[in-house]
Amino acid sequence: MISAWLSQHGRALLLTIKQLIHNPITNLCSILVMGIALSLPTGVYILMESMQSLSGQISSAPQMSLFVKTTASRQDIDSIKQRLESDARIVDFQFISKDAALRQLQQDNGLTNIAASLERNPLPDAFIVHTQKDGTAALEQLRAALQNWPEIELVQFDSDWVERLDAILDLGRLIMLMLSTLLSIAIVAIMFNTIRLQILTKRDEIEISKLIGATDSFIQRPFLYFGAIQGLSGGIVAWLIAAFLVDRMNRQLVDLTQLYSTDFQLHFLAITDSLSLLIFSAWLGWLGARISVASHLWQIEPR
Amino acid sequence: MITFKNVSKRYPDGFVALNNVDLAIKSGEMVFLTGHSGAGKSTLLKLLASIERPTSGVIAISGQNIAQLKPAAIPYLRRKIGFVFQDHKLLFDRSVFDNVLLPLQISGFDSKSMATRARAALDKVGLLQKEKSMPIALSGGERQRLCIARAVVHRPAILIADEPTGNLDIAYARDIMTMFNSFNQVGVTVLIATHDASLLENTQHRVLSLKQGRLAA
Repeated sequence: MISAWLSQHGRALLLTIKQLIHNPITNLCSILVMGIALSLPTGVYILMESMQSLSGQISSAPQMSLFVKTTASRQDIDSIKQRLESDARIVDFQFISKDAALRQLQQDNGLTNIAASLERNPLPDAFIVHTQKDGTAALEQLRAALQNWPEIELVQFDSDWVERLDAILDLGRLIMLMLSTLLSIAIVAIMFNTIRLQILTKRDEIEISKLIGATDSFIQRPFLYFGAIQGLSGGIVAWLIAAFLVDRMNRQLVDLTQLYSTDFQLHFLAITDSLSLLIFSAWLGWLGARISVASHLWQIEPR
Repeated sequence: MITFKNVSKRYPDGFVALNNVDLAIKSGEMVFLTGHSGAGKSTLLKLLASIERPTSGVIAISGQNIAQLKPAAIPYLRRKIGFVFQDHKLLFDRSVFDNVLLPLQISGFDSKSMATRARAALDKVGLLQKEKSMPIALSGGERQRLCIARAVVHRPAILIADEPTGNLDIAYARDIMTMFNSFNQVGVTVLIATHDASLLENTQHRVLSLKQGRLAA
């Protein structure tokens, strides 16, 4: 029973592959069209993921600088330390006295002369505070609270560009979603039409098969396999296109990122993402075939 | 095996193809169905294959009322029957062998026994030497025999033939009747629709005659 079931599926698969080989150019063209269509959202996704990890690196250790008023006394500093220690939102902090800051300034190449020419130390005492990862809204709240302390001159928290990046990423995700939705519909429509034409050319075969006792699923099976295999092939083409583009762009990015002394690179699709792409594209092909079969096969009844 | 009770078939345009037909065909019997064109022969065969449904009445095959068959059950009914079509209905894009294989693939036989059964069926109709040919290369008589091989390859209990000797010369027609007789001798119920009077001469088998949708005695 199971072997009969397997051999029925095996035969459907074989028929599909024969069908693919029988019309190589037509089939390659539709696979290419699907691949190119899928490579667009895939590319946007790769860009988003790479930028996400960039913003993740930064915001993984949120950090702010507290500059103490120059008029603050030793007791004030100690009291700040105590309050920072007791705040649960703060992971740890580091005190940099004005003397230490000046020494560092003096050691810094190029600034030695400027530091030496100073009559007195203009630098304030400062704390560098590492906070928990609570999202930008919570961080902003903490910043405002610290700013209200009387001894604090300024709390600097450079969350602006992180927020901007997040907004860009949100926009990118929206674009990706819209692209994938539209292009998925296009792929389903392409497959619908391909299968419709196949059904028309196999009209006799379908009618005769029905006459000699073929079930609907027997008749549908090769078409569904065809859709899934073409979809899968489209997914593979999309993967290859994306891999090629990432490789080319990363070579170009090396020059650009050296100028900005960062190491931004496009990450290639992870295994799970690659698998999702292939499964999704196969499913799209299958879906197009399924809809087409459902709307055309019933019209062919033996008379 | 096959029973019709008060079976009528009226088409939407008002034409009554069958009018209160009662008949019973026993298992292992061979029966001829005759009548002029338009007498209802084709309609009767279509009802048997569940290609059409009767307007009223009961049609039973092995005790199963097929007039009320669910669409999903129709394929399994058709697998019990072998059809020899008047227009052969061969697939011209595949070889003689693959044409005979089709019913076995549909019924889900395993690959090994499929090839054996297909060759046995081709051997019975004398087409084993032509298994690799394409149907287009076959003569009219050979196509008819290929159609018969396809009808019997899955060893159905019932064999139904619609004008099996339609355009064949007498020698060919006799060959084909000999084949049907031999299937009947191994227990297959055979129903042959024909208007070929020469087939009916000297036959020991029952002849049912349809006239204007009614069964004549």
